[in-house]
Amino acid sequence: MTDATVNETEGRTGLWGRLSMSAKRVVWAWAFLAVPLLFFTVVRFYPTLEAFYLSTTDWDLLNPAKYVGLDNYRRLFADPAFWQVFRNTFAYLILGTPIAIVLSFAIAYYLDRVTVLHGFIRALYFLPYLTTAAAMAWVWRWFYQPPPIGVINSLLAWAGIPAQPFLRSVDQALPAIMVTSIWAHLGFQIIIFLAGLRAIPVSYYEAARVDGLGEGAILTRITIPLLKPTTVFLVVFSSIGFLRIFDQVYNMTSNDPGGPLNSTKPLVLMIYQTAFSSYQMGYAAAQTVVLFTILFTISMAQLWILRSR
Amino acid sequence: MPLLPKFARSLRTLAGGLFAGALALSAGPAAAVEIQYWQYVFDTRVQAMTEVIKAFEAENPGITVKQVTFPYADYQTRLIAARAAGRSPEVMQLFYGWLDTFIAGKLVQPLSPEVFKAAEIESEFFPIVTAMKRNGQYYGLPTAVRTMALFYNKDLFKKAGLDPEKPPQTLDEMVAAAKAMTVRDGAGNYQQVGMALDIARQDHNWWREILVRQFGGESYSADGSKVAYDSEAGRKALTFYTSFQKVHKVGQESFMDEGQAAFRAGLAGMVVDGTFRIASYKTIKTFTWGVTELPSQDGKRANFGSYFANAIGASATGEKLAAAEKFLAYVSSPKAMTIWLEKVGELPARRRVALTEENIKDPIYGPFIRALDYAATPPMTDELAQRQVSIDMINSVLLKDTPVADAVKAAAEREQAVLDKAKGK
Repeated sequence: MTDATVNETEGRTGLWGRLSMSAKRVVWAWAFLAVPLLFFTVVRFYPTLEAFYLSTTDWDLLNPAKYVGLDNYRRLFADPAFWQVFRNTFAYLILGTPIAIVLSFAIAYYLDRVTVLHGFIRALYFLPYLTTAAAMAWVWRWFYQPPPIGVINSLLAWAGIPAQPFLRSVDQALPAIMVTSIWAHLGFQIIIFLAGLRAIPVSYYEAARVDGLGEGAILTRITIPLLKPTTVFLVVFSSIGFLRIFDQVYNMTSNDPGGPLNSTKPLVLMIYQTAFSSYQMGYAAAQTVVLFTILFTISMAQLWILRSR
Repeated sequence: MPLLPKFARSLRTLAGGLFAGALALSAGPAAAVEIQYWQYVFDTRVQAMTEVIKAFEAENPGITVKQVTFPYADYQTRLIAARAAGRSPEVMQLFYGWLDTFIAGKLVQPLSPEVFKAAEIESEFFPIVTAMKRNGQYYGLPTAVRTMALFYNKDLFKKAGLDPEKPPQTLDEMVAAAKAMTVRDGAGNYQQVGMALDIARQDHNWWREILVRQFGGESYSADGSKVAYDSEAGRKALTFYTSFQKVHKVGQESFMDEGQAAFRAGLAGMVVDGTFRIASYKTIKTFTWGVTELPSQDGKRANFGSYFANAIGASATGEKLAAAEKFLAYVSSPKAMTIWLEKVGELPARRRVALTEENIKDPIYGPFIRALDYAATPPMTDELAQRQVSIDMINSVLLKDTPVADAVKAAAEREQAVLDKAKGK
């Protein structure tokens, strides 16, 4: 330390100067933390709490909010449309998540062994993830068109299979939209799985091979168990994604959002319509509270089930 | 603590700057009033309004009008959010069916009876203008009105051996023509449809406001408070509409994604659509098309007259209100209506401007203008919700094979609930 700095430090007599080194460190830490903390409080937590309050009012954007107790929830649970939407949301989740996880694992598992053009193939898989959901949804909407313009139906016709209605069917529309969502997120999941696979020490595999373990046994005894943290992360992440699905549905059915006959409508779209088409903010807030509860419960349950023992 | 005073100083500088800026801004309006005009995005409408504004500003040097547009799907939301934020436009466009919602939400204010005299409005405009009247007060005026008609592809008529100058005049002739023009491949897939079906755009209106009445029924009670289509006529109308796809197999909902897209592509013989489509179809170069009045049933014609009106925002006062009134009067003037007709293709809302010899004889505008004579404009309380009810009703017959009687009954009950809810407000 030079004389000059010593003099300067001694010259400080304010509050800051009297603080010890570790106290200063704490102050600085909090000073930096304050920004994200403030952000989360103002932009995340406050609106969340506000939504809880709103759900007990009849606010419609135009007139002052009036407290109505649990009326919104009573109305919601008595609404057959809500239960339809509830079933749809879980259909996206229960069908979508396992398919997405198994598919992305399989691709990652084999891609990991490909050495020729590995980076290029990986980039191809990742590309959809970088594309805007709305643009993608419109391309898929065109794929699903009936003849003569629909690409998939043209392929079916070429293979001698009758044309399918896809988005115009109450049974096929939901799976059709789900496929696009799985495809859109596949790239991300593959990358995460690849990273997980690369993180498993090669020596484990070498040891297993020396011990004469087959490929199947290596997969089930070593690879899958050691990938558990990655899998847990992706299951939770993908579940939340499917529970919050919106862009694909809205853009692929924009003539009759969530249709036909509500067969593709997820909870988030119902919330959007209640809030921004019917302006029933209180009722929409009650729906968001229900969605929040579902998301929270499922995420916690998954973390608990897949926890490391 | 050298940091804080410096920060405080820069804050003061910033505040001073803002204050000076605010002063400069508030000094502006003394010289010129700026008002905002909001409408939704529809290319030809925006272009027409740009032209109207230019002409208005030339005649009123002290006033500038800023046009702000939003996608249709967001438009109402934007207006309501702006109202909540205290930033409503001075003049806005609204569908006649939104008026009750907008009055309840205090988005619009009644027009001053001194500036806009009711007797004058009623003698000058088509009678459907009264849909903007509540408790003896007008809340807005339309520039243009819209009716519906049948667009048909003359080339496809010729190819199918039909006379392109004799479009169908009855519903039976319409079905026959559609059959003649339908082309399907070996697997039964449509290559070309006789009739483009599009429930979500205009077909729900065609069923609810037109077909029901043509089959001898009423869509709503006279005062508009009761749904009246759960009747023999309503069932016949729905059977007729759904038979295009289910029985005659001359068209399919979502063929080419949208009805208007199928027609534009030259792959649909006919499509029911409104005046607002004219400008867009006028750009078609690959085939010739014509327009005819909607076909009749048992000699009965019916049509659905509707319009977007312009209204003055509830928060406009003082010189902004005066400017808004001037602008509203201008956009409802014969001059603006002529621009609107040329640019958008929508019919002038004033009789004198619409019913000129030239317009009535016009092969394209004529059928729409003649329909104004018998067009009905039923009161609507929640257009979006009512539309959804009709869409779901038609879809349940097409996709779930719900019996027509059940579908009509369920729709009537749902729509009645929508009407009752609006009334209760």
